[in-house]
Amino acid sequence: MKIVVCIKQVPNTNEIRIDPIKGTLIRDGVDSIMNPDDKAGLETALQLKDDNPNTTITVLTMGPNQATAILREAIAMGADEAILLTDRTFAGADTWATSLTIASAIKKIGFDLIICGRQAIDGDTAQVGPQIAEHLNIPHVSYVSCVETKGSSLIVKREFEDFYQRIKVQTPCLITSLSSMNKPRYMRVGRIFDAYRDLDIKTMGQVDINIDPEELGLKGSPTKVRKTETKQAKKSGVVVELDPKESAEKIISLLAEKYII
Amino acid sequence: MDFSFAKEYEVCRSMFREFAENEVKPLAEEVDEEERFPLETVKKMAACGMMGIPIPKEYGGEGADTLTYILAVEELSKVCGTTGVILSAHTSLCAVPILEYGTEEQKQKFLIPLAKGEKLGAFALTEANAGTDAGAQQTIAEDCGDYYLINGSKIFITNAGYADIFIVMAMTDKKAGTRGITAFILEKGMPGFTIGKHEKKMGIRGSSTCELILEDVKVAKENVLGKLGKGFGLAMKTLDGGRIGIAAQALGLAQGSLDETISYTMERKQFGRAISKFQNTQFQIADMHCKTEAARNLVYKAAWKKDRKEAYSLDAAMAKLFASEVAMEVTTKAVQLHGGYGYTREYSVERMMRDAKITEIYEGTSEVQKMVIAGSILR
Ligand SMILES: Cc1cc2nc3c(=O)[nH]c(=O)nc-3n(C[C@H](O)[C@H](O)[C@H](O)COP(=O)(O)OP(=O)(O)OC[C@H]3O[C@@H](n4cnc5c(N)ncnc54)[C@H](O)[C@@H]3O)c2cc1C
Ligand SMILES: Cc1cc2nc3c(=O)[nH]c(=O)nc-3n(C[C@H](O)[C@H](O)[C@H](O)COP(=O)(O)OP(=O)(O)OC[C@H]3O[C@@H](n4cnc5c(N)ncnc54)[C@H](O)[C@@H]3O)c2cc1C
Repeated sequence: MKIVVCIKQVPNTNEIRIDPIKGTLIRDGVDSIMNPDDKAGLETALQLKDDNPNTTITVLTMGPNQATAILREAIAMGADEAILLTDRTFAGADTWATSLTIASAIKKIGFDLIICGRQAIDGDTAQVGPQIAEHLNIPHVSYVSCVETKGSSLIVKREFEDFYQRIKVQTPCLITSLSSMNKPRYMRVGRIFDAYRDLDIKTMGQVDINIDPEELGLKGSPTKVRKTETKQAKKSGVVVELDPKESAEKIISLLAEKYII
Repeated sequence: MDFSFAKEYEVCRSMFREFAENEVKPLAEEVDEEERFPLETVKKMAACGMMGIPIPKEYGGEGADTLTYILAVEELSKVCGTTGVILSAHTSLCAVPILEYGTEEQKQKFLIPLAKGEKLGAFALTEANAGTDAGAQQTIAEDCGDYYLINGSKIFITNAGYADIFIVMAMTDKKAGTRGITAFILEKGMPGFTIGKHEKKMGIRGSSTCELILEDVKVAKENVLGKLGKGFGLAMKTLDGGRIGIAAQALGLAQGSLDETISYTMERKQFGRAISKFQNTQFQIADMHCKTEAARNLVYKAAWKKDRKEAYSLDAAMAKLFASEVAMEVTTKAVQLHGGYGYTREYSVERMMRDAKITEIYEGTSEVQKMVIAGSILR
């Protein structure tokens, strides 16, 4: 089986700080990490490879040259091949242009299974995975917390807040993975030496994916982020711990006090 | 001259640190309290290649080097001295000598599983009457044609209760003194080879320290490690390398207790202010930091020289002497700066101070290191 895992480099924080004037992310003083959902996706791929050594794992990221750090990390964890998708024309992409770029690259690489994270902790849209599947016209299952192979199909568990679905999906397909699904393995010492010493990272640009530059990056993006701001923290809530009847009365009076009802 | 690390060392160190924080630190208190050998940690270390760091890939290892291995021992020891010495004894005292002195068959048979962490290693030199005077071996290996018959006993052997492969020193020629000592590779479960008393210790209490009992143990000739009669030299050279590992353990203990002390003194308030605001606290911490950093430079330099295949015996002795004494001093000060709380088992500095003491004793006491150092400069 040939697995492509899409990984994104994100700032190591849950509290994204936004430059109020430029509207862009403040990356200074925050180190970068592999997006947690993606790392779980990579671990899933590695477990499939543990069970079936005949598997090859390609990790792919779209980003500037510094994103090679997470590609090397992925190789040190056990991925076979790493590709950096980078080109001036890719810059400023929204989720549509991002997914088109990644899908076009994956089409060239070939695959049986594509694994994306559910959601990137910076952009946070959770759109890129499903959009890649649409561009490639393949089935996808999101919010996956467990994967088994069965012949050329997968049996996956799709997680919801209070229930789950077990879904059989035919490869080639795409799944989006949840960070809670496993505990990613540590890098291996010898692989760290290989990955950081003398590994050449393969790159692909606009020429390689062969898509009109008008459809890529800022130019190809229907969405323009006009303004991003950090929300003020809400006041902490009040917990009412009385018996149900008294609680209801208390809550009604509190809501009435604030003219909500 | 360049004191910076190449990227691969930085990444290894942060991986070891993360591993130590997540997998080792949560067990440290229990391992000490219950005197429990953390076998599950050994399995986890194997999974990320930590049991074979300086061993070439062709022998199941990671193809890294001594410096990387030292970083692992340091990071583990920052949170748990027991785990640090398990790795140190396994690597420096068992896997490395088989790499350096073993035949191709011995490497295939013993080194590969050691480096993969499928098997655990130990090294047995010390006897009841042969401690610092290690040449006074009473364990005898009698030549019986195809095999040797070994009789005797060893004491204080690290990892013994859980090890699979042991390097054991024995006299093959009593009249020849230290030139009559030969190294053998023994395996757990060989008829006549049993593990005796398990020591109860002041520190590194999760580490398994036991007696080995050897009664008519038949050992095939192909299990002789190195040359006949060259075991003493092999043991001394092995200990040169081992000392860098113990120095790294000491360094980790010093740094770990210093880190705890920095955060504690910034939080603990007396007389209406954090105790870190008192000049005495600041001066103590400045001293602790300087000495720990000086120890680190000696330890890394010794490892670096070994990796460059330069003579490093003197450097290893200096690193071990200095780092172990710094560990004892820094952990003692750490307890002092924690006050009464530091004397209780609620705080890890209490354990670290107990763990630090052994670093001045095993793999050559501080006195022995001074003999080595003086011997190599007063010539
Ligand atoms: C604060 C902020 C808000 C934004 N809001 C929007 C918006 O509302 N609409 C919009 O169209 N764009 C938005 N963007 C741009 C958007 O972040 C980028 O298009 C980005 O490349 C992909 O979206 P995402 O980060 O939301 O990823 P998600 O869709 O959340 O990511 C899901 C998965 O897709 C894969 N993936 C995503 N990006 C990459 C990549 N570069 N390389 C490899 N794999 C990847 C990963 O597996 C990831 O886990 C915003 C960006 C920021 C920083
Ligand atoms: C927890 C633990 C783990 C160990 N692990 C191992 C192991 O894995 N393998 C192994 O082979 N051994 C091991 N040892 C043994 C250890 O290396 C010895 O205990 C150590 O070398 C000291 O020997 P000794 O205990 O016989 O002390 P002694 O040699 O009796 O020394 C007692 C004191 O006399 C001093 N002294 C001795 N001779 C001289 C001299 N000529 N000049 C000045 N002072 C001198 C010593 O420095 C020391 O202070 C371990 C010991 C312990 C406690």
